[in-house]
Amino acid sequence: MKHRYLPMTEQDKQDMLQVIGVPTVEDLFKDIPESVRFQGEYDIKPAKSEPALMKELARLASKNADLKNYASFLGAGVYDHYAPVIVDHVLSRSEFYTAYTPYQPEISQGELQAIFEYQTMICELTGMDVANSSMYDGGTALAEAAMLASGQTRRKKILLSKAVHPESREVVKTYAKGQRVEVIEIPYKDGVTDLAALKELVNEDIAGVIIQYPNFFGRIEPLKEIEEIVHAAKSMFIVSSNPLALGALSSPGSLGADIVTGDAQPFGIPAAFGGPHCGYFAVTNKLMRKVPGRLVGQTVDEDGKRGFVLTLQAREQHIRRDKATSNICSNQALNALAASVAMTALGKKGVKEMAVQNIQKAHYAKKALLQKGIEVVFEGPSFNEFVIKLPASFSKVNKNLFEKGMIGGFDLGTVYSELNDHMLVAVTELRTKEEIDALAQELGDQHE
Amino acid sequence: MNNQDQSLIFEISTNGRIGYSLPEMDVEAVLLEEILPEGYIRIEEAALPEVSELDIMRHYTALSKRNHGVDSGFYPLGSCTMKYNPKINENVARYNGFAHIHPYQDPSTVQGALELLYDLQEHLTEITGMDQVTLQPAAGAHGEWTGLMMIRAFHEANGDMARTKVIVPDSAHGTNPASATVAGLETITVKSDENGLVDLEDLKRVVGADTAALMLTNPNTLGLFEENILEMAQLVHDAGGKLYYDGANLNAVLSKARPGDMGFDVVHLNLHKTFTGPHGGGGPGSGPVGVKADLIPYLPKPLVVKQDEQFKLDYDRPQSIGRVKPYYGNFGINVRAYTYIRSMGPDGLKAVTENAVINANYMMRRLEPFFDLPYNRHCKHEFVLSGRRQKQLGVRTLDIAKRLLDFGYHPPTIYFPLNVEEGMMIEPTETESKETLDAFIDAMIQIAKEAEETPEVVQEAPHTTVIKRLDETLAARKPILRYQA
Repeated sequence: MKHRYLPMTEQDKQDMLQVIGVPTVEDLFKDIPESVRFQGEYDIKPAKSEPALMKELARLASKNADLKNYASFLGAGVYDHYAPVIVDHVLSRSEFYTAYTPYQPEISQGELQAIFEYQTMICELTGMDVANSSMYDGGTALAEAAMLASGQTRRKKILLSKAVHPESREVVKTYAKGQRVEVIEIPYKDGVTDLAALKELVNEDIAGVIIQYPNFFGRIEPLKEIEEIVHAAKSMFIVSSNPLALGALSSPGSLGADIVTGDAQPFGIPAAFGGPHCGYFAVTNKLMRKVPGRLVGQTVDEDGKRGFVLTLQAREQHIRRDKATSNICSNQALNALAASVAMTALGKKGVKEMAVQNIQKAHYAKKALLQKGIEVVFEGPSFNEFVIKLPASFSKVNKNLFEKGMIGGFDLGTVYSELNDHMLVAVTELRTKEEIDALAQELGDQHE
Repeated sequence: MNNQDQSLIFEISTNGRIGYSLPEMDVEAVLLEEILPEGYIRIEEAALPEVSELDIMRHYTALSKRNHGVDSGFYPLGSCTMKYNPKINENVARYNGFAHIHPYQDPSTVQGALELLYDLQEHLTEITGMDQVTLQPAAGAHGEWTGLMMIRAFHEANGDMARTKVIVPDSAHGTNPASATVAGLETITVKSDENGLVDLEDLKRVVGADTAALMLTNPNTLGLFEENILEMAQLVHDAGGKLYYDGANLNAVLSKARPGDMGFDVVHLNLHKTFTGPHGGGGPGSGPVGVKADLIPYLPKPLVVKQDEQFKLDYDRPQSIGRVKPYYGNFGINVRAYTYIRSMGPDGLKAVTENAVINANYMMRRLEPFFDLPYNRHCKHEFVLSGRRQKQLGVRTLDIAKRLLDFGYHPPTIYFPLNVEEGMMIEPTETESKETLDAFIDAMIQIAKEAEETPEVVQEAPHTTVIKRLDETLAARKPILRYQA
């Protein structure tokens, strides 16, 4: 068996077996009981050469309609954004992507410092004191936030707005089942969390209240009013945020959030059919020692030189074992690096400019659609998404758009039965006026 | 300036510099005040850096040089399977049709992606000997929790509410007990015997009507195969419990033994270990879970299925534990793992394990005269030495690890598993050549000699790294977790 990843020659093998003191490699597997020893080879596809495999997989990839060749108005948590070209050049440095978790700080300063910088940037955008080194994604980060709130307050109920991403809500419910926490949903009204219902539901048994900002419908939730209601019950205020939006919107931290989570996918991370993305997790100083996952901290070496280490590890699963409140181990370090590079490239001015472009292009799209007689529902302040009522069935509209080179928005009827044939439209900075006009034209034509 | 030789990106920021090129604003710019409510417009800008593109590239290039990856040098970190990360994987994962597709596109427009996922499910089903695999969990620990949630759902569906205990060996990874806790279950520890294997008598003592599952890594974290696996499976199954396989060490048994044939009911894999998704400095990983038929109804939803030559996402799964992650898992990592499996084929995967096991045994035998070997028998893909002998000379395992840095190596996993004093867990993997192993062995022998002759050289290591040993106590006592100007 010769393979480019396997350097052992026949001679090596003989020499090594001799040192080990066994005649054949099979002798090293004799401790596996005969009855369970697998005989022969797996019934899987045969190996392919590098060129043949690349060709086959390129053909498979070409069966997919991709965002580079279609104008996408699909968002709903995953967005088609400007990713500075430099991001992939940094990610391709294999000193980063072939490294393990930086447990040996002397030879991992690069990764540790990059994560320290990432934590800082997340703190800046969210207005929070402490951010961890990343979580799997926005959905699981939110679920962990709910569990943190339950552990911290010793309460077993969570209030979850129905204007939070539907799949994140499902993940929160699965995690809650694990730790026997009850999840109660708050209805929405006119596209935002129903504050009257929230007031009804919140009480001293509620561990935390979860709001998305901007919410799943793109609307900007009134965090200030919600914060007062939540904190009056001594409940924890958990906000899930698109971090790009925070380039233009007041930060949840400045509006009183206790925990802010979300997904850094808008910063240089490709859609990749839903993953890997990059969950972020930020808290106030008070909760520093309750944060799940890894934290990088600054310290000094024996000569007093600045350096970075994984710190406060007493919180983590490998130390606490069955006392742990989170089991996260691997995270999304490489994607946190991607987000760092993108946030660095955008910088102070660019992150704001990009956020504002999203608001303005979405605003333009709303007007263009209204002019074609399309109804915008839940009208009100929004970021880069909004809801329209379709002039025909969703599947028909979407098919027509696809034929015109466009990927339509999200089918809200699949998760909100009251919103059949409603579409959540996302307009990022990458959509041109021409593309937006084409969308309006196509939908307008169906209207007539 | 602080006492430092590497600036933070914030420290090289200069007002007015930019590193971006946003698209043209081709629509009318409306004042934010006209669109957004009062009090919700950000006033103070987030203090992100202001740097040029070259500044950025130089900064991260400098950081990369201060980082050790598999491509930099040997990385025998036990239990982490730091094998070569093939470059074809990286290219394939970046194809537009894989990297730039949206999870909510109409399934008819992503048939290629669904076909890949379906085929990967099928391949992993065969490799593990299970009946069905989900690709949704994002990492190994996430897979553990998913598997335990399913086991709990299975017992509860049978009205078996009292099955709340998960039996975990004392040598288990720390994630095992943590995963049990967050799945709402309790952990009971079962002892290892003098051979480093699960003590059958102790297992008999703890197994019973409250057993939800036994969680096992096989080979275990000492790199030893649990020879009594069939008796253990029988004990647990007779008591009504399920058997959980932690696939962290699957690299040891590819084509040699399948968890499904050993009696396991649930298995998770770490695609970033055995199947070369890169570790990425800590992630992203991917932790698929395979199950036997009676647990299929509880798998997370959706599942990729094939119907009439079309690939679909099946959400109609009423007994499912629900969603464990938004969308369909870490697709990009799954693409890499699939590419790897297809590069190796069945004979290649068999050679992977054989060569990994030969490499580990060879190193173990060559190092045996110089370090204590607490469990002296053929190992699988990794082995654990003890630094007891050196400790008596005043040189701790931590010192040995730090001294290895001077030779350009990443040290082994140290002080784990917990049942070995001054443990050093070494996993060479199959992608390393005999020359590399020999050079590492020579370094270890030299360090053993230094421990006897010039212990201070080891105790004061490292000598050649960009930074010396760091004050971890200070980091924890006075946490500085972000840059402040």
